[in-house]
Amino acid sequence: MSNIHKAFENGKAFIPFITCGDPDINTTLETVRAAVEAGADLIELGIPFSDPTAEGPVIQAANLRALKGGITTDKIFSMVEDLRRDIKIPMVFMTYANVIFSYGTEKFISRAHEIGIDGLIIPDLPFEEKEEFLPACHKYDVDLISMIAPTSENRIAMIAREAEGFLYIVSSLGVTGTRSEIKTDLAKIIEAVRKNSKIPCAIGFGISTPEQAKKMAAISDGAIVGSAIIKILAKYGTQAPRYVGEYVKAMKEAVR
Amino acid sequence: MTNPKGRFGIHGGQYITETLMNAVIELEEAYNHYKDDPDFNSELTDLFNNYAGRPSRLYFAKRMTEDLGGAKIYLKREDLNHTGAHKINNVLGQALLAKKMGKTRLIAETGAGQHGVATATAAALMNMQCVVFMGVEDTQRQALNVYRMKLLGSEVVPVETGTGTLKDAVSEAMREWTSRISDTHYCLGSVMGPHPFPTIVRDFQAVISREIKSQLLELENKLPDVILACVGGGSNAIGSFWHFINDKDVRLIGCEAAGRGVDTFETAATIATGRLGIFHGMKSYFCQDEYGQIAPVYSISAGLDYPGIGPEHAHLHDIGRAEYVPITDEEAVNAFEYLAKTEGIIPAIESAHAVAHAMKIAPSMNKDKVIVITISGRGDKDCTAIARYRGENINE
Repeated sequence: MSNIHKAFENGKAFIPFITCGDPDINTTLETVRAAVEAGADLIELGIPFSDPTAEGPVIQAANLRALKGGITTDKIFSMVEDLRRDIKIPMVFMTYANVIFSYGTEKFISRAHEIGIDGLIIPDLPFEEKEEFLPACHKYDVDLISMIAPTSENRIAMIAREAEGFLYIVSSLGVTGTRSEIKTDLAKIIEAVRKNSKIPCAIGFGISTPEQAKKMAAISDGAIVGSAIIKILAKYGTQAPRYVGEYVKAMKEAVR
Repeated sequence: MTNPKGRFGIHGGQYITETLMNAVIELEEAYNHYKDDPDFNSELTDLFNNYAGRPSRLYFAKRMTEDLGGAKIYLKREDLNHTGAHKINNVLGQALLAKKMGKTRLIAETGAGQHGVATATAAALMNMQCVVFMGVEDTQRQALNVYRMKLLGSEVVPVETGTGTLKDAVSEAMREWTSRISDTHYCLGSVMGPHPFPTIVRDFQAVISREIKSQLLELENKLPDVILACVGGGSNAIGSFWHFINDKDVRLIGCEAAGRGVDTFETAATIATGRLGIFHGMKSYFCQDEYGQIAPVYSISAGLDYPGIGPEHAHLHDIGRAEYVPITDEEAVNAFEYLAKTEGIIPAIESAHAVAHAMKIAPSMNKDKVIVITISGRGDKDCTAIARYRGENINE
C-alpha cells in the first residue's frame, strides 16, 4: 500500500494537477512547493505526451509547451527526486500508456517507486487493460489508480472492487477543461462505489471555482483541478507559482 | 495476462478512456449480433452492388505487363467504386450498423479525404448527421474533398492541433466521441483504433480479397502469386490480403509511405522505422522517439501520413506472413504518372505506392506469375499536389 490514503486524512482533499516542465522545470518545482504550502493534499504530476487524447485544449497546449521546452521523462524523474527532499505529501504521475510502455514498463515503475511516486493515473488504460502495468505496480508498491466515468454504469462495481489508492471520478463526458456546470448525478455514482469499496473518491474534470469544488467535495472525498491551474501557468509563466499558491489556498478552504 | 480481447498476437487491445468503454462494448455486441444476420447482410450486399457498384473489376493491365516484361499484372479497381475509393465498403457497413444501433450521427477522421467523403456520402444516403475531422494541413492538400463533404451535407472540422494531419484528426474524433456518445457512432476509417474496430473494418473490407480470389480463378484458374496494396492504417491492404492469409504460396506485400526516405525524419514508414507502442487505442508499431512521444511523420500522401499501422498488420509482420516495404514520394509520383500514361488510369497517390513496388518486382518475375495490385482509390484528388511536386501550379 502506498501513502495515498494520507491525502484523505486531513478533511476533504484538494488535488492540483500540474504539467511537468510547463513552461520549465524550475517553475514546476516552485509551483508544486507553493501548492503544498497552500494546503494541497496530493499532487498530480503530468508527464507530457505529444498526443494526449483525453485532454481539452488547455492541457494539450501545456503538453506541447513543455515538450517544446525540452522536457523528458528522465528530467521529470530528477525533478521529483529534488521535490522529495522536502515534500512529504503523496505524489502521483498522470501520463499516457505509451510514455510508460515505451520507457520500459518495469524500468519506469521501479524508478517511479525509487523517487517516491505513490501512484499512476493512466487515462488510456481502462479496467480491461490494466494487466499491462499492474504486475509491475504491485511489485514496486505503486498504486494504479482507476477512473470511473459518467458512462461507467454497470462497470462501477467491478472497477471499485479492485481499485487502489483512490478512485478518480470523471465528472462529465468529454475531455479535460473547465465547465460552467456539472450535470452528472455524481452522488449516485459515488453511492454505487461505496457499496463495493471503502476507497476514497476524488472528482475531477471541469472543476475551476471554489463553489464547484465545495459542491464536489461535499458528495465525495476530494476535488481534482487541472485546467484551471494550467490556465494560471499559461497566463503568468515563470511568475505563476505565487498565483497558483493563492488559488490552491482558496480551493482547499472551500473543500475542507 | 493482458486482455485477450481483440488481440492479434501481442497487438491490438482496447487502450481507451473509461468514458468510451461501454460504447465499444455496445458496438462489439451489436456487431456480433448483426454480422451473421441474413437481413443485415442482404441489405449490405444490396448497398454494395446497387449503390457502390460492386463487384469492382479485376482488370488485366496488358500494356503495363508488356512494358515491364515479367509477371502478369492485374489491377483490382477499387477506384471505380462510388466515391472513388475502397473506403465506401467499410463505411456502408458501419453506417448500416450504426443505424441499426439507433445512432443518428456519424463522426469520422479523414486524411486524404476519401474516408470523409465516403462517410459523408453514407450519412446523406441514410439521413444521418455527419461531422468529419480533418487535419488543417490536409484540408489544404485535399481542398476538393473538403468541398465534396460539404456538398454532401457534412460539417468539416479542420484540426489545428499537433501536426495538423491524420493522427490529429483521429485524436480529435476520439475526443468528440467522448463528449457525445449516446446518439453518435465513430465511423473509424481504417483497421486501427481499439477493438472491435480493427476487426469490423477488416471484415467489411474483406470483400476485396473475396472478389479477387473468385475473379482470378475465373480469369487465370489460379491464385495470385503476389498481392500488393498500400498501407497507412492498412484497411485496403488487409481487405486485399484477408482471404489469402491461409494460402501460404501467395506473397502479401504492404507498401508503406517512406516519404523522403526511411533514413530521414520525413517518413511515415512504420514497420521500417517504428517500434512497439500503445496509441490511439491499440498496441502496435508506431513512429516515436525514445521517450514514446509520437513522431511528426511525413508523406506526400495524406492518406498514408500516419505514425502507426493496424494491429493485424503488425502481427502479420511479426509472424512473417506479410512483408512490408517502404516506397518514397519520388517512386510513388513516378508510378502515379506511369500508370496514367501506360494504362490510362490515374491512381490515388496512396495506391501509387503499391504500383511503384510492382514496377520494381514484376520485371524479374516469370511471365506465368500473377501480381494483383489493389488500386485503392482514384487520383483526381491528387492532381494539384502532384503538379506542385513537379513544380507546376495548376490552381486558378
